[in-house]
Amino acid sequence: MGKSKVTAKPNPTSGECRHATRNPCRLCTPFGACMVFHGISGCVPFIHGSQGCATYIRRYLIGHYREPVDIACSNFAEPTTVFGGKQNLETGLINVAAQYVPEMIGICTTCLAETIGDDVPMFLHEITKQHPDLPRLVQVATPSYCGTHTDGFNQAVRSVVEALAQSGAKHHGVNLFSGMLSPADLRYLKEIMTDFGLAATVLPDYSDSFDGEVWGQYKKNIEHGTAIADIEKAGGARASIEFYSTASSKKSAGGYLLERFGTPYYGMPIPISVKDTDRFLSVVSQLSGRVPPDKYDGERGRLIDAYVDGHKYVFEKRAVVYGEECLVVSLASFLSEIGIVPALCASGGHSGRLRDALAEQIPEMMPDVTVLEDTDFWDIAEAAKAVRPDLIIGNSNGYKLKRELGIPLIRVGLPIHDRIGASRILHVGYRGAQQLYDRIVNALIEQQQEESSVGYTHI
Amino acid sequence: MSPRKEIDANEIKEQLLKGYPSKVARKRSQQIVVNAKDEALNVPEIKANTRTTPGIITQRGCTYAGCKGVVLGPTRDILNLTHGPIGCGFYSWLTRRNQTRPVSDEDHNFMTYCFSTDMQENEIIFGGEKKLAEAIREAHRVFKPKAIGVFATCPVGLIGDDIHTVAKQMSEELGINVFGFSCEGYKGVSQSAGHHIANNQLFKHVIGRGEKPSEEKFRINLLGEYNIGGDAFIIDDLLKRCGIHLGATFSGNSSYEGFENAHHSDLNCVMCHRSINYVADMIEEKYGVPWIKVNFIGAEATAKSLRKIAQYFEDEALTKRVEEVIAEEMEAVEAVQREIRARCEGKLAMLFVGGSRAHHYQELFNEIGMKTIAAGYEFAHRDDYEGRKVLPTIKIDADSRNIEELTVTADPKEYRPRKTEEQIEALEASGLEFKGYEGMMPTMENGTLVVDDISQYESEKLIEIFKPAIFCAGIKEKYAVQKTGTPMLQLHSYDYGGPFAAFQGALTFYRTVDRMISARIWSQIKPPWKMAGQPTLEAEFVHAE
Repeated sequence: MGKSKVTAKPNPTSGECRHATRNPCRLCTPFGACMVFHGISGCVPFIHGSQGCATYIRRYLIGHYREPVDIACSNFAEPTTVFGGKQNLETGLINVAAQYVPEMIGICTTCLAETIGDDVPMFLHEITKQHPDLPRLVQVATPSYCGTHTDGFNQAVRSVVEALAQSGAKHHGVNLFSGMLSPADLRYLKEIMTDFGLAATVLPDYSDSFDGEVWGQYKKNIEHGTAIADIEKAGGARASIEFYSTASSKKSAGGYLLERFGTPYYGMPIPISVKDTDRFLSVVSQLSGRVPPDKYDGERGRLIDAYVDGHKYVFEKRAVVYGEECLVVSLASFLSEIGIVPALCASGGHSGRLRDALAEQIPEMMPDVTVLEDTDFWDIAEAAKAVRPDLIIGNSNGYKLKRELGIPLIRVGLPIHDRIGASRILHVGYRGAQQLYDRIVNALIEQQQEESSVGYTHI
Repeated sequence: MSPRKEIDANEIKEQLLKGYPSKVARKRSQQIVVNAKDEALNVPEIKANTRTTPGIITQRGCTYAGCKGVVLGPTRDILNLTHGPIGCGFYSWLTRRNQTRPVSDEDHNFMTYCFSTDMQENEIIFGGEKKLAEAIREAHRVFKPKAIGVFATCPVGLIGDDIHTVAKQMSEELGINVFGFSCEGYKGVSQSAGHHIANNQLFKHVIGRGEKPSEEKFRINLLGEYNIGGDAFIIDDLLKRCGIHLGATFSGNSSYEGFENAHHSDLNCVMCHRSINYVADMIEEKYGVPWIKVNFIGAEATAKSLRKIAQYFEDEALTKRVEEVIAEEMEAVEAVQREIRARCEGKLAMLFVGGSRAHHYQELFNEIGMKTIAAGYEFAHRDDYEGRKVLPTIKIDADSRNIEELTVTADPKEYRPRKTEEQIEALEASGLEFKGYEGMMPTMENGTLVVDDISQYESEKLIEIFKPAIFCAGIKEKYAVQKTGTPMLQLHSYDYGGPFAAFQGALTFYRTVDRMISARIWSQIKPPWKMAGQPTLEAEFVHAE
């Protein structure tokens, strides 16, 4: 056997050393990169590696969004692993260009291509020289043994910006790097920007490609998303807003624009709680020079009114929250605001910053919060039993836990493959908080109602 | 609305090829065939089981998917451990809707779990064997499974991890059966290579180890039935009613013990020819159990399959019982067929799925008067299209050579021919075919289109041209097809409905298809204000009294 040192992680509850991941709480990096490429207008996502990766990722995205997703691939065969993937990449790109006539092909790698050491930037350089008619080619390295789907997503956003953004003329638009949110979230964020009179480049913008209308007749599945021309102008924008809590801004798209073009940078958590949305709107307000339209007073006011009405059902309840690190941080902030203790905050992500980010957001709660980083659902389940939760908030993969504990699961984030409407779940802004709040309160009421031996109808 | 009359299949083929660069078009022209059978049921040759061209968006999955996801996935009590980075394990976690019925609460059921070594950069650089060994020990310590399967993903072979040696060492150390599958994703043309790798290993490491022959009469195994939507349950119920005992199913609702004792059954019945016919051959050579092709998809096909089994056992009481069950079931089936035929007669279906499914489900469509105008497989080989008679003429390419061919000889202890050569000959003379599969094309009409490994682009073109009443494939195709206003039925997961097998399943299928085809929503795709001749929306003034 090899000479490797085996790095085992001790289970936080039992102290047992762990080598296998049991029921993972993270996906692989190219998954996130494909989401980004699918959210750019005229772009075909392309996976450099074996065809199963494209098929699995398509299968999973399609299952979650219930929308068609095309992802091309360079279909490695055994000889490709020996001689390298340049020939396959070249053939693949030419065929995609012929079928889709795209403006851009977004290429991400797999663990296979990375393991054999394919130098994709060099391949692309040579291929473009030989085939000058090919569309724009943007690539991101996404070996799945480094990082999670969130990392793949963030790296792809940065790669796109690095490849496309130019200094250009200064303009009044704003770049919005919102991270891995739902199509409903992206729609609402665009509505907010429009209401403030700001031209926003949301990257990626898969609000229509992951939540589209019925067509009636065949269309090429690449027409929706962020316009490439807008990304090119990103360097001259008035500012970049980026939602992050645990990612490093040094490696992010907004961080790059600041460093390269001096584009002012506003980093903040995903706005779910009133506190975080206030912060987001104050930045938007400042950038636009407008006070928030009355509509937002109304949304905010109604939300707080609802908080008051429902407080008796939620206060001092305890929740298990899991998912992408940034989402967990923002959900924890929201929960603490409505009086629920985010007693267990868990993520498969391993940025190493989850605890600090939580401590920043909910310092008063931290003594009562268990944090699990780089974890899986086995550990989450063990830790969950210890924190006596009343509800679970996260994606569909917590269903097994919900069944074991007999408490409600509020489905948020990704993947959601056991309910309809994942694209329509709104998480952000006052309106998103309102919807989450109603779902949480109603789930708790339903639990109480179902457990009653009488069956009261006024609760 | 019958657009097919004016359509010449050869012209359509040309149209499909037009969208490709010339090299791709040349290759595809051998994989898109206009069916033309002669009286001896000879059909044109189709190119199948060859690599998908890079850049063409395919339905196909990978070797790992076929091995771990399809064949071993539905087995509840083998602990499946993926050795590789996290994606592959995650994506194959309980996605195929295989169902299982543990015998008791104490029975192991690992199907809701996903185990992975979740390799990190460190292991890619320095090797992952130690982590794998530790993960196997850990799995054994926590779950005490009867057996552990280890599945290699793409990087594993490349970095030189020897999973088979680790598995062997762990078997010795832990005293349970641990076996590895070299099913790296890039190894084959499609998931079919993974089925083969999986089945070979089951044959080498599991089948024949069991020492618990069942005492029941009329023992059979079902090969190539994956219990989608509960199909295997409903088939098992039907067999029980007939007095036929199901020993092992490969591999739906399957168990380790069933696999181990499969060689004790007296007949192998092959459902999905593609994924498992070679196992049937190997069991026959090693243990003397003959095999026949069956199909429980379609009421007629189910009746025919039951009769074949009864014929094999040459038992009068069994034959009588089988006929009684068929008669009972067919009454309800025929009534529903009549009712639904009235709405579905003459409508067109397309099926692009599987290695046998695109063939089997044509039976169900025929039974309600629908015509399959185009069909093709995702991962089948030429024999699944043209019939087993072409087996000697199939060229072995580098990809097929890549997969181990096991040399099998009669087992000195367990080989027991169930029928003498004379008996087999007599049965054949009376019409029972052994080791036979006619293939899909001989059963399809002339002038229909057969397309191997259809691409996203081609399926959209075909829908545009034929406007079929229904299109059947998998979830990757589902939403693109529905966007165009065409009902789409998933035959990998049955859209989480079903079961569709046997008589009761046929009824469910007829009703499902009828509901989808008769749905009125498709007429509402265009809003009224976009309808021709109606530039504005007019509302009537309603006067309140």
